[in-house]
Amino acid sequence: MSLDATTLFTILGMALVTYATRVAGLVFADRLALSGRAKAAFDAIPPAVLIAVIAPTALATGWPETLAAVVTAIAALRLPLLATIAVGVAAVVALRAIA
Amino acid sequence: MNRIRFLSRLPSDAAAGTRDIAPVMVAAVPIGLLFGAVAASKGLSVLEVALMSLLVFAGGAQFAAIELWTYPVPVAAILFSTLLVNARHVLMSASLAPKLSGFSRPQRYLGFFFLTDEAWALAEKRATDARITPAYYFAVAALLPLAWVGASALGALAGAVLGEPERFGADFAFAALFIGLIAGFNKGRITVATVAASGGVAALTFLTFGAPWHVLAGALAGILAAYAVARPEDAA
Repeated sequence: MSLDATTLFTILGMALVTYATRVAGLVFADRLALSGRAKAAFDAIPPAVLIAVIAPTALATGWPETLAAVVTAIAALRLPLLATIAVGVAAVVALRAIA
Repeated sequence: MNRIRFLSRLPSDAAAGTRDIAPVMVAAVPIGLLFGAVAASKGLSVLEVALMSLLVFAGGAQFAAIELWTYPVPVAAILFSTLLVNARHVLMSASLAPKLSGFSRPQRYLGFFFLTDEAWALAEKRATDARITPAYYFAVAALLPLAWVGASALGALAGAVLGEPERFGADFAFAALFIGLIAGFNKGRITVATVAASGGVAALTFLTFGAPWHVLAGALAGILAAYAVARPEDAA
């Protein structure tokens, strides 16, 4: 049961940032009514960040990972989340074995 | 009379909230196990994993943080990613805040610590046909951490035993999870443009400048692409 100082600092920082976003609406309520293109840009933040975070793994590691990402995306269109993850992980293991 | 009605409504509201959140708690268990196992494979201890799930309590931001996690810890990149992934909470809490009329100030500030996508969606739905009482809200919002923290700690224990994440493809699990999540909130061509711009720019930035700049560059490219592609009538 170890607790690294930098890790603890990072976790506390993440907690503070997250709590700030959660209570911000209590302070700014009714002054935040985005619409149209601004709303679309705001809604795009989560997918934009998630894709940016996995881009090195999915697109800049090797062809097995890139192909597995494509297989996962196709699976995601018809399968529930857990099945999608299982397909993606199985695909990367199989493709790495071939590579 | 009022007092009697209030008392008789209290347990039924808590029961309704518990009933609404129960399936979400079940769904959170495998995802929490996965989170804990991958976090442990990155070098976090069981205590550190449990602390993160308890204090941050935001799946998307936690997954992104662990995906970025190396030693030395890229603190600034992780905090920035946390801010961006959680920015949607600002709109969610702003929309929910006026509907919590019966809440005291401490109840509001404590209650919003537990604000998740799921609790928000359930509370907004409740608000369309009933008043959101503290009993309902706290049942719907504050039970989920039990499943999330417990499952991630168990996953971390298992992950520490399994070791070598590459052998099981576990290092690819978050990439697969994110792809699945994005397919879930797919909004047609706006999402396609966002994903293409973010993925392309992030990969190029990663190859040119290295981590953690790919997060900032990719996120900005994706957001700009959404703004450029969207029409004013898109997201009213």
